[in-house]
Amino acid sequence: MLEITEGSHAVAEAVRLCRPQVVSAYPITPQTHIVEALADFVANGKLDAEYITVENELSALSACVGASAAGSRAYSATTSQGLMLMAEVVFNAAGMRLPIVMSIANRAMGAPLSIWNDMQDSISLRDAGWLHFYAEDNQEATDLHFLAYKVAEDPTVQLPAFVCFDGFILSHTYEPVDILSQEQADQYLPAFAPAEKLDAKDPISFGMYATPEYYLEFRYETNEAQKRAKDAIAKYGKEFGTLFGRDYSAMIEEYRLDDADTAIVAMGSVCGTVKDAIDEMREEGKKVGLLRIRVFRPFPIEEITKALTKVKRVAVLDKNVSLGSRGGATAIEVRDALYGSTIPVKGYILGLGGRDIRKKDIKNIVDLCEKGIGDQFYGLRKELI
Amino acid sequence: MALAVGCRARPGKSRDNRTGSWRVFKPIFDHEKCSKCGMCRTLCPEGCVHENEEGLFDPDYSYCKGCGLCAAECPKDAITMKQEEK
Repeated sequence: MLEITEGSHAVAEAVRLCRPQVVSAYPITPQTHIVEALADFVANGKLDAEYITVENELSALSACVGASAAGSRAYSATTSQGLMLMAEVVFNAAGMRLPIVMSIANRAMGAPLSIWNDMQDSISLRDAGWLHFYAEDNQEATDLHFLAYKVAEDPTVQLPAFVCFDGFILSHTYEPVDILSQEQADQYLPAFAPAEKLDAKDPISFGMYATPEYYLEFRYETNEAQKRAKDAIAKYGKEFGTLFGRDYSAMIEEYRLDDADTAIVAMGSVCGTVKDAIDEMREEGKKVGLLRIRVFRPFPIEEITKALTKVKRVAVLDKNVSLGSRGGATAIEVRDALYGSTIPVKGYILGLGGRDIRKKDIKNIVDLCEKGIGDQFYGLRKELI
Repeated sequence: MALAVGCRARPGKSRDNRTGSWRVFKPIFDHEKCSKCGMCRTLCPEGCVHENEEGLFDPDYSYCKGCGLCAAECPKDAITMKQEEK
């Protein structure tokens, strides 16, 4: 049913429909509305789950690890500093191969303190072994939760998943969102039934000790599971499309890319602005297209290489920066995907800490890319530095 | 020992997990000096020193981690630690 609702509340509805048995989270801006809504659902009997209140995020994700290992579908949500406080457990959840789903309302990292949006938080944990989904709008932010559980719990995958959407820009924005009925959700997502779980009658331990003779192989196996997740995403993304009309089988989205000279690569809500800018540039005769990355882990390296074969240049937008390197994570990985080709890839770090990205910025970046200027921060206020 | 998804383990894994591979220094027991006091068996934290038919003691190298406690405490200095190359 189509409802005009706040992003956070649409996500909370999706999570409710996924029937998590344990929810544990700690409020933090701009994620708070999600867990507030879930706490209401549990208190009012709309969601049959254990809502574990905790003293901080480290405990929140730890509670989810225990719950998931015990065979429950577990859910958490956080952002920024909260995610970093969880960091140790983020790695553990992936290493133990627990299919926890966690919403990330993307926010900048302190210091300096910023409650506003960029993607530094989740991107900084890209090596932990979680699947990374990035939503463009609230419909996608909502739908990706169903897909995330479905892929995460697949026996060939068994990995936790981040569902990321831009803090405030999506989390606090009202948009029309088609929210599934409980019958539809149940049809798509059956109850969590792991092959192994904590059980006093049949004891098992999770995430035990690995000496140097074993550890390397465990990281290898987790990486293999990431690769297998590509097939699971294709399969279950297609199934979602067949049932509900919105197909998420592709890890990337191409927008007017077929005959483009300049390709913009980006993730998240900025892609809406990019598409509008592209439409205007097309009217002016400029052949520009967009490659939107919806799944960042597993990284769609083959899909990106293929989609960018015919373009003359690539401009990558990053709302994160790997300080001390050549740029942001997306630009570095897209350049890696195109290694060996002669197509120039230029990175632009922009929008950090909630700085607005406007259509004219996208057009300026295309101009810069055409001139071969890039691998830089975009939109710096020169009077401040 | 085969890998288990998520490094999950059923009880009793220490039987399969031969901790002897952790060892850097290997205790060498000199039965000529041994007074059969049994201190090495008593103190071994791994419980892997066993008495033979003659009342002498030998470590089970499959599990001996090479901690050296037996060598340090042996009243007859009958146990020496030798660096092991694998």
